[in-house]
Amino acid sequence: MTVQTALSAQDFKSDVKPIWCPGCGDYAVLSAMTKALAELDVPREQIAFISGIGCSSRIPAYTNVYGFHGVHGRALAIAAGVKLARPDLTVIVAGGDGDGLSIGGNHFLHACRRNVDMTYVIMDNEVYGMTKGQASPTTSPDWCNSKLTPEGTGISPVEPVRLALAAGANFIARGFAGNPAEVSRLIVEGVRHPGFSFIQILSPCITYRPEEREWRNAVHASGEQPAQSMTEAMHRLASDDGFTTGVLFAGNRPAFMPARAAKATLADIERKFVS
Amino acid sequence: MATYSVSVALTGSGGAGAMTAGQILLDSASKAGFFGLMTRSMGPQIRGGEAAALVRISSVPISSLDDHYDLLVAFDWGNITRFAAELPLSRDSLILADPEQGDIPEAVARHGARVAELPLKALAGTIPGARANMVGLGAVAALIGLPIDSLIAVLTVQLGRKGEEALAASTEAVRAGARAAATLPALPKLPEAAPHDGQRWNISGNEAAGLGALKGGIKFVAAYPITPATEILEWMAPALEKTGGTLVQAEDELASINMVIGGSFAGLPSLTATSGPGLSLMIESLGLAVASETPLVVIDVMRGGPSTGIPTKSEQSDLNIAAFGLHGDAPHLVVAPNSATDCLSATQWSVYLAEALQTPAIVLSDQAMGQSRVIIDKPADSPYVASRLVAPAGDGQYRRYALTDSGISPMAIPGTPGSNYVADGLEHNEKGTPSSQAGDHLAQLDKRSRKLDSFDYGDNWADIEGDGDIAVITWGSVTGPVREALARARARGQKVKLISLRLILPALPGKMEQALAGVGRVLVVEQTHSQQFAKFLRGHYTLPAEVSVFNRPGPLPIRPGEILTRLAAWE
Repeated sequence: MTVQTALSAQDFKSDVKPIWCPGCGDYAVLSAMTKALAELDVPREQIAFISGIGCSSRIPAYTNVYGFHGVHGRALAIAAGVKLARPDLTVIVAGGDGDGLSIGGNHFLHACRRNVDMTYVIMDNEVYGMTKGQASPTTSPDWCNSKLTPEGTGISPVEPVRLALAAGANFIARGFAGNPAEVSRLIVEGVRHPGFSFIQILSPCITYRPEEREWRNAVHASGEQPAQSMTEAMHRLASDDGFTTGVLFAGNRPAFMPARAAKATLADIERKFVS
Repeated sequence: MATYSVSVALTGSGGAGAMTAGQILLDSASKAGFFGLMTRSMGPQIRGGEAAALVRISSVPISSLDDHYDLLVAFDWGNITRFAAELPLSRDSLILADPEQGDIPEAVARHGARVAELPLKALAGTIPGARANMVGLGAVAALIGLPIDSLIAVLTVQLGRKGEEALAASTEAVRAGARAAATLPALPKLPEAAPHDGQRWNISGNEAAGLGALKGGIKFVAAYPITPATEILEWMAPALEKTGGTLVQAEDELASINMVIGGSFAGLPSLTATSGPGLSLMIESLGLAVASETPLVVIDVMRGGPSTGIPTKSEQSDLNIAAFGLHGDAPHLVVAPNSATDCLSATQWSVYLAEALQTPAIVLSDQAMGQSRVIIDKPADSPYVASRLVAPAGDGQYRRYALTDSGISPMAIPGTPGSNYVADGLEHNEKGTPSSQAGDHLAQLDKRSRKLDSFDYGDNWADIEGDGDIAVITWGSVTGPVREALARARARGQKVKLISLRLILPALPGKMEQALAGVGRVLVVEQTHSQQFAKFLRGHYTLPAEVSVFNRPGPLPIRPGEILTRLAAWE
């Protein structure tokens, strides 16, 4: 086995050309991700990058690590299986707001509370891009530009970081695709933090939500150290405007990993059936 | 009916101890050297519902209930009408009733069976700490000729922990029941148990499936509880942990199947177990396993459907969804054990096949097999163990879905340097890069079906027994009564062949053609309402001109005598 030393972000890029629109925020997330992987200094073959379905879920194919591009909404379940079967692997999951919070919403809740050691990045653009512009769970209720909901959805959006905190995620952060250096840092910190790390990345869809270009004027870095208690985090997030970036919560729950040690043979097990 | 066996039904409301009595009866029969089988019939209640332990004891191996019960013991009549249809009696049968529990309900009395009254509860009342079910058990043993010593021996082991007093009370109750039975009408007695020196096992179909999974090499299980599959998981959880594997309880079946896909992608042979509703939820992801060529095993312990259906009772009606539920052209394996014992070997074989062929295998068990407990000769060891073709370290040019002659491509396991790839449910090229090109689609479709079609499944694809112009084609747990019917048909001189299909998919037309050589008439036997199996056979195989179908939905078991009647029409 050759020893990999000092791989660059470029080494973590594949030669597959992204399907994303020119100007999509996801390009910046991809760059931040490959930069983070290089900085983490984990051999390429020890990384499993898992996703579901949607524009952003295409990201594993654009990296040069092991990956699984599964079905819509189930990335977290595949990832949990990978990590529980192979605790030695570094597991990263990525996808969109629809994939993770709508069709995969139940898995999100249980991934937060199960606290398997992995990092989940939601590239949030508040829209279904791949199906050409429908409201997602993070879309504001009065967004009327979808043919599916021409009067707006009329229902309150999900606030992903609050949901993650309530469900028990052990590390919660928010980044903005327009600041890839910070996103990269957040990914590195998330991967290094034990347990389930959740990172919401505001990633504008310039095709269906061109107004999201203005996010660059709305985001602002959190000037505080990450909250370490649930109470403190809840207090801060209650008044959060949805554009605070940085590590918002860093908990200390131990990661979930069932014990496994061979203490018996199959012959021992079979003996119980002897009548 | 058959003189080599005696069938006993023990019924009562929950808490009456019918299940405990049945369990002890079966264990005692084993202790005395007999084979046996016990199935349960239960209502949906968690506690206090109706329950029947249906026990058959035999001097030869059996895998089916008999046509009727020789002896029905009712500890009480509460709710018996709900499952009286599952308790066929003949005029020679004996109903053992406690007069204190009131008149025999019409649903039971209508068979015209003989009736014997025994004050089970009153007798138990004369012995401090004794219970009516133990008195009944003593009476049963005396009536069918099961040595009381074997009962006492089992009680001694099982009640040992509860102390001397509990054991003495139960022992005295059993003896009182046996004494009281001396005055009752006679029943056919069990024959002598043949001496044997081999090991006997006492195992349920669900436990056997779990053991088969472990023997096949399963190391990772993710699952969600569901009746009647849960016992597989409850048995596997500690067994896996002790042997160095992992079992995770998932949040739902969508998660279970995807965790299993993840576990397998990561390199461990992986499995989940469920029933019809869970299988329905897993179907989309089974397609992902087909497209991404991720091996895994799903055990479906079938119950009455559709929808929530009859969770506690058996049916073979998930055949269609298992075979045809996946969207797209999605070749996969469907394997059906045909007895509680075969739950072990068929599951073990399925692990081997799934891993060898890098595709999902659905194992279709059912409630009748899964929740049956059997006394059997120790099953022979089977050679089938998971052995996946894996890719070595590479130079970055790895082609995960390379087009090989066999259709099987070496699979790189994460951790292998230079062979990383992205598994995908999108159609892809050889490298795994998504592709919507016609050429790639056709090449990969061909590859995925080629690997299943060109594999050598050996003789395991079906159990073929006997010879004749008539063949009975069946599958799954219904094979038990079919086998018994054919034994009786042969005993009276009829030549009949059994074809019990174990490998449902892929279909092997060449093998079936050989099996059907010289067969002019076929009887298909299955436990569905819509003849799913017969239609499946017609879709995949060339059958003789004369085909008759005996089908009935659950929960009524198909009985050997009913099959015999249909065969007799062809004599």
